[in-house]
Order: sequence, then C-alpha cells, then structure tokens
Amino acid sequence: MFDDTKLYPLPSGGYLTARDLDKPPILDIRYLGIDFGGLRALTDFNLIVGRSEITGLIGPNGAGKTTVFNLITNVYQPTRGSIILDGVDTKGMSTHQVSRLGVARTFQNIRLFKDISVIDNVKIGLHHETRYQMPEALLRLPGYFKREKVADQRALELLSIFDMESLAYKPAGSLSYGAQRRLEIVRALATNPSVLLLDEPAAGMNPSETGELMENILHIRNTFNIAIVLIEHDMSLVMGVCEGIAVLNYGKIIAKGTPEEIRQNPEVIEAYLGKGVRE
Amino acid sequence: MNTKRTAFYYLLAALLTVGFYFVLTGLIRAGVIGKYHADMLIPVGFYIMLAVSLNLTCGFLGQLPLGHAGFMAVGAYTSALATRYLPFEGALGFWIALLLGALMAAAFGVVVGLPALRLSGDYLAIITLGFGEIIKGILLNLNFTGGARGFKGIPKQTDLTTVYICLVLTLFFIRTLINSRFGRAIISIRENEIAAESCGIHTTFYKTMTFSIAAFFAGLAGGLYAHYIGVLYPTTFGFDTSIEILVMVVLGGMGSITGSVISAATLRLLPEMLRAFLDYRMVIYSLLLIVVMIFRPTGLMGRYEFRLSKIFAPKGDKSHV
Amino acid sequence: MIFISQLINGVHVGSIYALVALGYSMVYGIIKLINFAHGDIIMVASYAVWYGAVRMGLPTWAAILLSIVICPLLGMLIEKIAYKPLRGSARISLLITAIGVSFLLQNLARMIFTATPQSLPALIPGKLSVGPWTLSYTTLVTIAVAVVMMLCLNLLVSRTKMGKAMRAVSEDTEAAQLMGINVNHTISFTFAIGSGLAAVAAVLYCCSYPQVSPTMGSLLGLKAFVAAVLGGIGSIPGAMVGGFVIGIAESLTKGYIHSGLADALVFLILIVVLIVRPAGLMGVHRPEKV
Repeated sequence: MFDDTKLYPLPSGGYLTARDLDKPPILDIRYLGIDFGGLRALTDFNLIVGRSEITGLIGPNGAGKTTVFNLITNVYQPTRGSIILDGVDTKGMSTHQVSRLGVARTFQNIRLFKDISVIDNVKIGLHHETRYQMPEALLRLPGYFKREKVADQRALELLSIFDMESLAYKPAGSLSYGAQRRLEIVRALATNPSVLLLDEPAAGMNPSETGELMENILHIRNTFNIAIVLIEHDMSLVMGVCEGIAVLNYGKIIAKGTPEEIRQNPEVIEAYLGKGVRE
Repeated sequence: MNTKRTAFYYLLAALLTVGFYFVLTGLIRAGVIGKYHADMLIPVGFYIMLAVSLNLTCGFLGQLPLGHAGFMAVGAYTSALATRYLPFEGALGFWIALLLGALMAAAFGVVVGLPALRLSGDYLAIITLGFGEIIKGILLNLNFTGGARGFKGIPKQTDLTTVYICLVLTLFFIRTLINSRFGRAIISIRENEIAAESCGIHTTFYKTMTFSIAAFFAGLAGGLYAHYIGVLYPTTFGFDTSIEILVMVVLGGMGSITGSVISAATLRLLPEMLRAFLDYRMVIYSLLLIVVMIFRPTGLMGRYEFRLSKIFAPKGDKSHV
Repeated sequence: MIFISQLINGVHVGSIYALVALGYSMVYGIIKLINFAHGDIIMVASYAVWYGAVRMGLPTWAAILLSIVICPLLGMLIEKIAYKPLRGSARISLLITAIGVSFLLQNLARMIFTATPQSLPALIPGKLSVGPWTLSYTTLVTIAVAVVMMLCLNLLVSRTKMGKAMRAVSEDTEAAQLMGINVNHTISFTFAIGSGLAAVAAVLYCCSYPQVSPTMGSLLGLKAFVAAVLGGIGSIPGAMVGGFVIGIAESLTKGYIHSGLADALVFLILIVVLIVRPAGLMGVHRPEKV
C-alpha cells in the first residue's frame, strides 16, 4: 500500500506523496535560477509539489528561500528555468495574474493593509470573488448589496479558521504579532488559491502558538485541499507538518526527501541542522 | 446591517441633500444671504469638487500628483470650446459641454497616468508637476483658445443649482466608489502595493483608473469654473492653484472626504471674510502645509468620515466603520 | 559655426544645471527626498547677491560671498526645522513638507521684494575673441568654476572622512549610525554642501541672466532635477553628465526647433528616461526588498 509518510519518485525526477500520485502536480519548477548583478542567488532549483502536499523549504539565512517565493509569484523574473503552475507556464506574467491563477502568499516581514479593518483586509483578498461591476457600485444597485453581504459572510467564515471573527472591525495594524501573521494567511486564503506560500509563518510565535499553527496548517490543507509550501526555521513545525522537504544552501538544493530522510542526511546535518534536530 | 436600515439611511441622506438645497436657496431668496455672499458659494462648490477629487489620488491611492490644476484647465477649455462651437443650445449644450470637459480631462488622466504611475511616488509628483506646466505652456501658445490674452466670452451659465447638483454627484460617486471593492483595491495600493498585487489586484490598472476618475471630476469643476468666470487665462491653472487644492486636502485629512469638504469650504470662505488675510494667503498656506505635516501628518480630520449611520446606530454596532 | 556656439551655450547652461543637480542628487541619496526647496535656494542666493550689490552697495565679490555664506546656513536650517522631525514618517508627508518649504520661500520673497523682477549689474563683463571666435568671459568662468567645483566635490566625497560618512549614511543609515557615524551632522553637512553649490550656481546664473524674481528658482530647479534623474539620482558623476546633456539638448532645441519647446522637451526626456531606464544613466537600480 501507499504510505503518506513516504514520497514516490516520478519519471520526471520529482517526488510526490501517494495521495497526489495520480494527478499532475500543481507546481512543477525546473532548473529555476536568478542572478542579482552577477551574483547567482539561485541555481538549478527543481521542485515538484503535489496538489495537496505540504512542502517545507528550509536552509540557513540568505540561502535563497524567499527568492524562490518571489520567483513563483513573479515578483522577480527568473534568469533561467521555468515555473509551470497547474500546467501553465507563468513566464512573463505579472504578480496579480499569477495570483489569479491560484498562488497566494504571506510575507516574511508582514505586509498587511495596516490602517484598514481586519475584515477589509480579507475582503481585498476576496476582490475577484466579489463580482459586481462599477455601475452597480456607483449607483448602489441591488447587486452591490447582495455581493457585499456575501463577501462579509465569507470573510467572517475565513476569519473563523483562526477564531478571529471578534477582531473583524479592528484596524489590522492593532493586532498582536501572531494575529497579524494569521490574518495574512486568512487574506491569502481569501484569494482562493491552489498553492499557498507561507514565508516563516511561525516567526515570533511562542511554542504554544506554534503548536496551534501546526494544527491550523493541517486543517487548512485538509479543508481547502490545497498545496502548501512553507519556509520556516522552526524545525518542530517543519518536521511536524511537512511531507516533503527541500533544503537550500547558497542558492542550491542540497537535499530533498521526507522529514525522516532529511533528519538523517549527513550533508544537511553538516551544512545546516547541526544537533538541534536530533535532541 | 439589514436592508431596511440601509434604505432608511439612503433616503434620509437624499432628503437632507434636497432639504439643504431648498433651505439655501430659500435663504438667498429671502435676502438672508446677500447676493454677494451667494455668489461666493459657487466657487466654494467647485473647490470642494477639486479637493475631494485630489483626495482620491492623494489620500486613498496614496500618490502625490502636483498637476491637478492641469486637469481643471483641460476641463475648462474643453467645455468652453464646446459651448462655443457645438450646435447645442441652452442648458442641454451646457451639460454636454461639462460632460465633454470632464471626459477630456479623464482621457488626459489616462495619458499622463500610464507612464507616470509606473514610477514611485516622488517621480509621479515631478511628472505631474511637469504636465501641469506643459498644459499651461501649450495653452499660452494656442491661438484658438486666445493664448495669453485669454479665452473670452464664455456664457456664464454656472449657477448655484448646477454647482450643487455637480457637487452632490461628485461626493456621491466618490463615496460609493471608495466603499466598494474598487475602493478597497485603491486603498490596498496605498497601504501596501506589493501585498495588493499579490492579492490579485491589478495595481497599474487601478492606479490609472483612480487617476483618471480624479481628473474627470477636476475637469468637471474646470467646466463649472469656465462658465462661472466667463474668461479663462492659462496662468490661472498653474502650480499655485494645484498647491492651493493640495493644501485643502492635506489640511482636511488625506483620506477623509468629510475633511476635504470642510477645509475647502473654510479656506475659500475665510479669506473672503478676512480681507486683510488675502495678501498673506500664500505664505499662510505654505506654513500650514509644513506645520500640519510636522504635527499632524494625517491632516486635521485624519481619515474620519461623517456617516448618518454613526449617529443613529445603536451603541456597539460597529459594522459601519 | 552656429552648431558650435549652440553647443557651447549648452555646456554653459548645462554646467549650471549640473551644480544644482548635485544638490538634488546628494540630498536624495542621503534622505530619499526630492528637496523641492532646492530650486528656491537659488532664488534666495540670487536675491542675496542683488541685495548685497544693489541695495547695500557692496563690491561684487562681497555680495557673492554673502550669498555663498547665507545659503548653506539656510539649507541646514530648513533641514533642521522642516525635514528632521519627519524623518521616518511617510514619504508623502516629507514630500508635501518640501513643497511647503519651497512655496514658503517663494511667497516670502514675493512679500519682501514684490513679484517684480529686479535687475543686477553685469557681474563679469567682456568677451574673449580669438580669430572668428568670440566667447564671453561669463561662459568661460561658468564652465571653469563648475568643473572645478565638481572635481572638489568628487575629492571631498571620495577622499575625506566626511565624504565617507556621507556615502555610508546614504547606503544604510542605521548601519552607519551603529558604526559610530553622526548621522545628523552628516545630513546637515550634505544640505550645507548642496545649498552652497546651489549658491555658486545662482551666482553663475546671475552672470548670464542678470535678473532676479521670486519664482526664478522653480523652473531652473525642476530642470536640474531632471538632470539629476537622467544622470542617475544619488550619483555625483551622473548629475554632472545629466546637467550637460540637458543643457545641450535644451540649447539645440532652442537653436534648431523652437524655443517654446525647450521646456516641454526637458520633461519629455524625464518621462522617457524614467520609463526606459528608471535608475538613470549612471545610477544603480535597487528594487524594493520583498
């Protein structure tokens, strides 16, 4: 039988979990690379992500992890290689187009719409789902009221994942650090993604918050049935939720595999993990 | 908020708007407000329109254009040409002229906005400033608009009623725009452009759109101005005027329509009442800009908005915020 | 022949632009602000020369000295009062303040000296004739002074301790502070140098256009700013190159196309540069870190 704690090799060279084996991968990244003024920030980055897989991207600071996210979301244009998102090559697209194709993300240095309310932050994520036209809005036609109401309900529903409904009308900037990180995830989910990129979601959280976050991440994957790629330094979280892990160092992948394999990979231990994981 | 209550607020707002008009015209007819002061209300009207439309780009989009008077000029000259050369008579001709002026300004908004908005705030300020000066320069050299000698003999068709209608429409449309998904998209760009983009907001499109809507209303105000004053001189629409509008926005609060209305009205009426103040107006304006920015960078009203529902809502209901 | 004289004219005006552009560029490099008031410093400097030479009857050199002493002080004062309190607040607030300062200087000048332009005596009379060539001393002096000033500035920035501090602060203010650099002094110094250069530019400008008015600085400042952007904002050699290019382009437009189009052309150059190469000719493009 297939086992979800294992990864199965694909003919193309990538790996998938058993659940996703019969479906084409949601993300297929080949030989991706980018140079910043002569500096090779990323080279030969290959990654295949299954439709409902939780993938971890780890590595020391400056290894190029966030650069991978910026490339997937087309904030940067790659120098080499390709990104195939659900069968579509995203080359040359702008960030908002990639978002509409199903990539949502959070940011390492939180980027919320700070001065507006929590619910409006989520409703901006729902922008394209709230389908009314300009005349309906300007003339306040029934379509406006109907769809705004739906958007409000949907936003509250999404906020309830993290039990944040009671914060809905507070300015986003007034939330605690952890709540801001969670709100960013909610906002990302509002765009109805098929891949969710989380950039250090547990940064600044205490162990109990991190524990909750782990449950939430699994819950999100299970209810929305989406792929999640996360960058994280907290090994308990990475090892706890990820099915596949890729390790980056100096812009290159030095290892890929299941948490168990990564834990035992001597190269990874030497380059990055040290003794922290084997405690 | 339930439907019935929403309908009540809209009805109440409509009644108040119409009621205010009748009270105002009634007071003028009864002679409580003299002819001189009644005449002063017309420029107050189009200055509010200018301030509110600039606030759209300045306060809600978070960009700083310095050529707002340029759009006003486009609207003014286009509508003046329209009443002169188009074969429509009377009120119909006037309204068509106003609309054409506004549309032409909106078109200029797109033309200027497309290149300018690809750049960050500071460069945008410079390019729009340049645009304002170029418009002025072109108008000074165009023969069929009278050049520096001025465009004369425009029918003085702007009266209090027209201005009031235009003003109410401007306020209504800008309010409804801001409180819609489109408005949220605009605000998200002010708050964090990269995050907005990654939420699927086409930022370039929304920036250009906002720019051109602001230009539209500035053009409308320009058309009203042209048919109020009767003569247009290119130098009226220089940097000074753009700054005057900016002062109104900054003082009232960047991101507060209510603030723009109050400060535009105050800044127009106050100097008229304090004649001595006129000579120092520009000095005081520039000092105001500096002092307000240093001590209260969000402007006097911040982002406060007046809402009927705030007055009537039961305590604790915050869904209107 | 005409072409050569237009070219010389262009270099003449261009060297004035370059001096002013340096001020924009240095200030932008260090606090990321388009110092709108910079153009008006030129106006203040010119009024100082006029006031000294015409009203007080000082000898020309003393009037010039007066102006070159006043401007750096004014520049530092503006920074201390208007910009420093806003360090770290939204860019748009800082920009509005700068516009406010510019507007204030113009209107104060209008209040004190009225809007009527005042005339200056010729500061450097005479021409140099070599065969068929004539060249006014003004042109020669302008170009020479500008080049010398730029070389000195380059030495200052690349060789002295203060120059190193300036470069460090513009690279990373916080890191510079942690390295023990007095950021406040460095910023003040930058404003002083920039305003001093503007004063020199003003004097040179007055030599060729002996008239002062409250708004004389705004268009000149704007063109110099375009020069700074063209060259690459934050780059000193860029500001020089930008100044010369704008000066020559303007002069050739006046000579061959239409003098009314020269101003529009400057803005056209700005728009094209910003779209094609936003970092300018010699600047480095630094995208926002995500």
